[in-house]
Amino acid sequence: MSGAEDASGGRDARYRQTGDRARGDVDRTPVPDTDVCVVGAGPAGALVADRLAGDREVVVLDAGPRFDPADRLARQERAIRPFYDRPDVWDVGGERDAHEIAGDRPYPLNHARVKGVGGSTLHWQGMVMRLHEDDFNSGTARGVGPDWPIDYEDLRPYYAEAERELGVAGASDNPYAPPREEPHPMPAFEPSYSDSLFAEACESLGIAMHSVPNARNSEPYDGRSPCVGYGTCQPVCPSGAKYDATVHVERAEERGATVIDRASVRSLEHDGDDRVTAAVYATPDGAEHRQTADAFVVAAGGVETPRLLLLSAADRYPEGLANGSGHVGEFFMDHLFAGAGGTLDEPTRQNHVGFYTSACDQFYDEADEAQAPFKLEFFNYAGPSPVETALSGDDWGDPLLDQLREGYGNHVAMGGLVEQAPRADSRIALADDRTDDHGDPAPRVEWSVGERALDTIERANEIQVAILEELGADVEWVAGPDATGPAYHHMGTTRMSDDPDRGVVDADCRTHDLDNCWIASSSVFPTSGAMNPTLTIAALALRVADDVEARLSAQT
Amino acid sequence: MELTRRDAAAALAAIGATGGVALGVRRATGDGGRGGAEAEPARDGDGTPGDEAVREAMTAVARTVYPEAVSGLDAFVDGLLDGRLDGSAHAEGIRAAVAEVESAARSWYGAPVADLSPADRDDLLREMGADVAEENPDGTTAERVRYYVVNELLLALYASPTGGELVGIENPQGHAGGAESYRRGPR
Repeated sequence: MSGAEDASGGRDARYRQTGDRARGDVDRTPVPDTDVCVVGAGPAGALVADRLAGDREVVVLDAGPRFDPADRLARQERAIRPFYDRPDVWDVGGERDAHEIAGDRPYPLNHARVKGVGGSTLHWQGMVMRLHEDDFNSGTARGVGPDWPIDYEDLRPYYAEAERELGVAGASDNPYAPPREEPHPMPAFEPSYSDSLFAEACESLGIAMHSVPNARNSEPYDGRSPCVGYGTCQPVCPSGAKYDATVHVERAEERGATVIDRASVRSLEHDGDDRVTAAVYATPDGAEHRQTADAFVVAAGGVETPRLLLLSAADRYPEGLANGSGHVGEFFMDHLFAGAGGTLDEPTRQNHVGFYTSACDQFYDEADEAQAPFKLEFFNYAGPSPVETALSGDDWGDPLLDQLREGYGNHVAMGGLVEQAPRADSRIALADDRTDDHGDPAPRVEWSVGERALDTIERANEIQVAILEELGADVEWVAGPDATGPAYHHMGTTRMSDDPDRGVVDADCRTHDLDNCWIASSSVFPTSGAMNPTLTIAALALRVADDVEARLSAQT
Repeated sequence: MELTRRDAAAALAAIGATGGVALGVRRATGDGGRGGAEAEPARDGDGTPGDEAVREAMTAVARTVYPEAVSGLDAFVDGLLDGRLDGSAHAEGIRAAVAEVESAARSWYGAPVADLSPADRDDLLREMGADVAEENPDGTTAERVRYYVVNELLLALYASPTGGELVGIENPQGHAGGAESYRRGPR
């Protein structure tokens, strides 16, 4: 393999129970006598499938391809070369991924997702924090949004299990983190050189720094390599040190699950007893199939999950499947980015790795009605990457080298994530006149953000600028309320509630309206907190798998 | 600063070819892709150049686009092309773009690019527009030359440890230089 333009996307391969991985002979027909059908082969779907596969006949359907691991270096080249945009790295875009943007704010949806086996963990940053206890009780503790119908304690054992499953490198030095029962599975990555510069400034300001949990191997783990420092974590890790959901997809297949790629689920069918009966999916040969099962788990993320429910509208459910509450698609949330950066008059050693190693959660639980929870991050990748700069300059030879030396070496930057409160007018709907490659209405993203989040971004900026100035930096940019953007965490669109009128799924993530349908996704988050969502997605997915198993067992 | 075949192997490991072990095998067997080690260099400027012609032209362009401070270009470019001229569509893109550079060199300067003076090589590439063009594998001649020739070489250099060190980063993006260097202070 050579050359970025050769990363041609997935290879046709379908791993049946026999372990047959032959290419070019792909069987995408439904599997008879299936117990559980999972829609989506991202982290949630992969974890559910892996957990159930040993005892149950499990089929996973994914709209995207199975990517060849041998293509990862070519995808990395795409990440570096200026010709390729971020969606090109994992072949996002085109008719399959058509969408409409109609909200107050632009939302670059195809930068924010990957379709295929592994899902968006293929391009994620790999940060895995637990939500704080008050995040589960935002209404009561902060006066904003509903409480979750579950508490931190309900999820706590699943968090520990999710950390083991994903492989998390972390330490217990964060005094602001919620209680934990055991060390992380791997030691944390050591602080960076630039962290040591920040530490002095933070100390004089009375601001705490601590380690940050990474779903990235700091030592060999689960048969995967430790980080080797490619520095392109987001959007691609060629070494496999960063967790992605292909880990659990492969394990599920080894345990007997069937994963069918390039199988776009167009609708879910139901019977007259409020049960889902089949997932109707299209395959590249133009055929349409029906995968029947006793239980269905929709794990298609915060955009495609509500879209699929809306596309499944029928006489019995005219507003969409599982939409008796009318809330499917509403309360679309993302985390808002707040950041600032500049330059020092000394080397800062940036862009050796693509992840960060220190954070500050000190201000997180100050949150109330006026201020959202937020966290701060100390970047190890501030300023330009010399190799990327070299490819887009307008000179070469010594003048180029001079430019690279001038541009690289003394940048510093901080980032941060801010919670946005759920709003009914921030939502995922069906587009009126835009369709996907199967002629189905595309998703329409209507993203809007309230004043609390925007005010909190300003608060985060104040702290960031204070730290940078204490550090002696020349502050050159601030990403404030006007320049903020989403962190690509799609949440809230099938919210969890004990009350069928107020939510789409119950405390077990089972839909209120259909007895045998669960949703494993950040789409069930009633509020979002400000922590990266994937560890919570994983914990909820493991909990969903347990509930599915318990209910299937009770039927037999 | 001397570029080595090890740098070429590191660059290939970064940008998508088989790397050091396979390099050795490929050299030993003479399996250099479509042209092969024994292929005739293309000399008329119209056909698709063979491996040796590509190597000569790319090394010549490297002398223009790489900084003066680097030496060992022959082995570096040779090692790079051992991996990149692998029969893929990308390899064909390199050959086609080199053919266009050669064609322009012969038309405008009456000699293959490898025989041009440093100043003429620099002028040639600028006259082709490769300095200001944005890379594009399917674009205009200038954009393709930028993609397959100029940026191919710059990517390999600045994703290698030696190229990174020229700028002050011994583990540049794309190079698997380990998870320790980010912790070290400046030397």
